Amino acid sequence: MSEEKNNIPKETLFSPKNKRLLSDPIGKENPITVQVLGICSVLAVTVQLRASLVLAIAVVAVMGLANVIISILRHGIPPRIRIIVQLTVVASLVILVDQVLKAFVYDVSRQLSVFVGLIITNCIIMGRLEAFALNNKVWPSFLDGVGNAAGYGSILLLVAAVRESLGSGTLMGYQVIPDFMYNIGYVDNGFMILPPMALITVGVIIWIHRHRDRALVDVS
Amino acid sequence: MKALINLVEKVKPNFEKGGRLEKFHRSFEAFETFLYVKGDVTQRGSHIRDAIDMKRTMVHVIIALIPALLFGIWNVGFQHYKAIGLEVEFMDQVMFGLIKVLPIIVVSYVSGLAIEFIFASARDHEVNEGFLVSGMLIPLVIPVTTPLWMVAMATIFAVVIGKEVFGGTGMNILNPALLARAFLFFAYPSYLSGEVWVYEGAETFVDGYSGATGLAVMAAGEGTMPSNFDLFFGFIPGSIGETSTFAILLGAVVLIATGIGSFRIMASVFLGGLLMGAIFNLFAVNEFMAMPAYKHLILGGFAFGAVYMATDPVSASQTGVGKYIYGILIGVITVLIRVVNPAYPEGMMLAILFMNVFAPLIDHYIVEANIKKRMKRMQKVRLQTQA
Repeated sequence: MSEEKNNIPKETLFSPKNKRLLSDPIGKENPITVQVLGICSVLAVTVQLRASLVLAIAVVAVMGLANVIISILRHGIPPRIRIIVQLTVVASLVILVDQVLKAFVYDVSRQLSVFVGLIITNCIIMGRLEAFALNNKVWPSFLDGVGNAAGYGSILLLVAAVRESLGSGTLMGYQVIPDFMYNIGYVDNGFMILPPMALITVGVIIWIHRHRDRALVDVS
Repeated sequence: MKALINLVEKVKPNFEKGGRLEKFHRSFEAFETFLYVKGDVTQRGSHIRDAIDMKRTMVHVIIALIPALLFGIWNVGFQHYKAIGLEVEFMDQVMFGLIKVLPIIVVSYVSGLAIEFIFASARDHEVNEGFLVSGMLIPLVIPVTTPLWMVAMATIFAVVIGKEVFGGTGMNILNPALLARAFLFFAYPSYLSGEVWVYEGAETFVDGYSGATGLAVMAAGEGTMPSNFDLFFGFIPGSIGETSTFAILLGAVVLIATGIGSFRIMASVFLGGLLMGAIFNLFAVNEFMAMPAYKHLILGGFAFGAVYMATDPVSASQTGVGKYIYGILIGVITVLIRVVNPAYPEGMMLAILFMNVFAPLIDHYIVEANIKKRMKRMQKVRLQTQA
């Protein structure tokens, strides 16, 4: 065992392989636009950029830590109860995040309401724990978790930026559509605030993504 | 005419492979077929090429839309001068209507066709004719007070999200013109609520004139309802082309006579509306529910939706029986939404979009049932021959 270990060249922290763990989920392995996971929260919280940003950060924290913890425990978890263990770990982390949000950004926490709690059920998190953290070392697991959460977060922010700027004329609560636009008759698009527009926005992002990266188009 | 053919033939080489303007050959093709049936000849076998291709089908629909359009143009002027309390000549009313309506039509066509041409060039397919009709339907189903930039936004949204995403004309699951209206309805509700409709400009309304449509009057339970005569002939406020049931029926005659619009769908939509209205009459607990069922058919956009929207050959049911089911359900749901849901005074748009989504499902079960029926018949025959 120990001899084998010595034979394998030691990987650097940011070897190309590790870098890919971080960058792939943002691009061609994106959990939302390619795997189409975690759609529910994208529809629900992307009315405002601020709420989306907070949720994105929360998911990055939860996923990074959960992947690390499960990866540490991976040899000790009996396979038959692994889902329960994963759930417990994620749930504890989510409660932690929830408490932090309530303490420091109370208004945003209220706005996100159940969706902080629902991070537990976010398919991306359980998916990465099952698919990656259970079989990989701690550092790659951490990168994978952060990478996927960042991929999720980036789409969340993109959708929120489109919806908030067109739907309310603001970004992060600051007005971005200048006053003279309203004076000449511009009206905020109320449809953008409704959930269907989130779905359509995600759809358009997927469309553009696949148009630029032909490899993603599956011909069935 | 001959000169036009010569001109087309003369500039043609520029657009063909290797020509200077090869990039635009799809655009050229669109204009060429718009003017003439293409000179393609089948080389072998006896094939008959029918001159009724999609482009000409669409032109028939446009012809069917003319009565509603002309009436709508006049009605805009009529309502405007009625609102500000001025007695004017017929021509003044028409002129006013033209000034208000034409820009909307132009914006709708220009923005929609621009998108069509861009996609046709990018994807290298023929420019789809479907927009010829959509571009005319969109102005007719919106109030004349809608700002032009909103018309452009809605048109672009409808063409891109409603059609091009699915692969262009013939692939869309929803009626693009109604999608444009739905977009406006949800995005800018205050412009399409059916409350204040008539263009007022700088002038003020005379006392006693409210721009409320008949449906808004019924939903709010206050205001005066126009007479049946006014409702049928369309001397009422409303979206540009929807007010006159009479003009729409003229269009329906054209559509049915040319075989382009489905009589089954039109008839069953009206039937469904009557049916639901009658059911509400039986259990009426308020004024709206007690309203005579036939009145639903002449109010708001019911007739327009039944004749021009529900019969859209792409998004409607394709099977014979399916058309009846599809039509009746549209009528039923329309009246249901109108009477039961106060948030949406007009149910026609939502009912048609809803049934558009279900049309393929209806067709699927009709076809399956037919297959089953024939299988049974075949088995019966087999048993008889064996016995």
